[in-house]
Amino acid sequence: MTKVEVQQKVLNENQRLAQGLRESFREHGIYCANFISSPGAGKTLLLERTLALFPPAKRVAVLTGDIQTDNDATRLARYGFPVRQITTGGCCHLDARMVERALEGWDLASLDTLFIENVGNLVCPASYDLGEHDKIVILSTTEGEDKPLKYPATFSRAGLVILNKIDLLPYVSFNLDVAKENIRKVHPGAKILEISATTGAGFKQWEQWLEQKRAACSEAAPALVLG
Amino acid sequence: MHEMGIATSILDAARKEADRRPGARVCKVGVRIGEWSGVDPESLRFCFDALLAGTEPEPPALAIEFCLRQNRCGVCGTVFALKDFEIQCPGCGAPATEPVSGDELELAYVELEEP
Repeated sequence: MTKVEVQQKVLNENQRLAQGLRESFREHGIYCANFISSPGAGKTLLLERTLALFPPAKRVAVLTGDIQTDNDATRLARYGFPVRQITTGGCCHLDARMVERALEGWDLASLDTLFIENVGNLVCPASYDLGEHDKIVILSTTEGEDKPLKYPATFSRAGLVILNKIDLLPYVSFNLDVAKENIRKVHPGAKILEISATTGAGFKQWEQWLEQKRAACSEAAPALVLG
Repeated sequence: MHEMGIATSILDAARKEADRRPGARVCKVGVRIGEWSGVDPESLRFCFDALLAGTEPEPPALAIEFCLRQNRCGVCGTVFALKDFEIQCPGCGAPATEPVSGDELELAYVELEEP
């Protein structure tokens, strides 16, 4: 019997592809965000509202993942930016290969921002690196404030946690302070924003956060060689 | 939920190791699964066995080392398992400590039978 020490990540192959995507984003100065939440937390509406903020000349694109239907792509395409649906056909998360395939044929040089809307699920998407700069986790006030404690893997990896549907606070039993405390328990340094994708409350801060991230990526990109 | 995909990745990687040695057969696969990895060990075992059912006379065994979420104190060096998400050092009371384990999703070793 021979024991071979392997010591590699189980998702080595995904990691390798994600690294390729990351390098490609860096090369083109693209800021990439991976939106993760449970179904119905408001990912698509948040993205719609966010796209509506951008003038048509902005170089934004969206990939949106779902198990079935292209409903989300149809909703998002109304804003005039390139959108592609990834239909996973039963798979509960997006992986780096799906993203790589979905990007085929797009001229990355014409983009500076890529939003990836993951499949609605707070478990599996946390395990799959998509080459993104940030995982943005959305928790809405119609859910339980203990979700961060139930899904620590996802919340502990979040570059930003968005508390959505704050316009509903007067009508639901959601305790905002407890939710924030729970987020900080699993992710002590977490950045948290409170917004409503329906009313637009809190969007100023969200826009500023995003703008900073996008600026940092375009500055870090290698200078374009012309000619 | 995604344990079937994880089990497939583990088997693929183990078989790749075996393929490097002509005639070798995988007997056992050792993995490390962190408490915060998002993977359930029992579900992973179920998927692993389901993938192998009826494929070969002596299918490989799966050994899972479950790794608790542990933090390390930068002040006094104490390493401790988190209880109720409390990250304060139980040794010296330092308020913030850094995670050292619990995120693992790793293939640790493969045991091969060689001709």
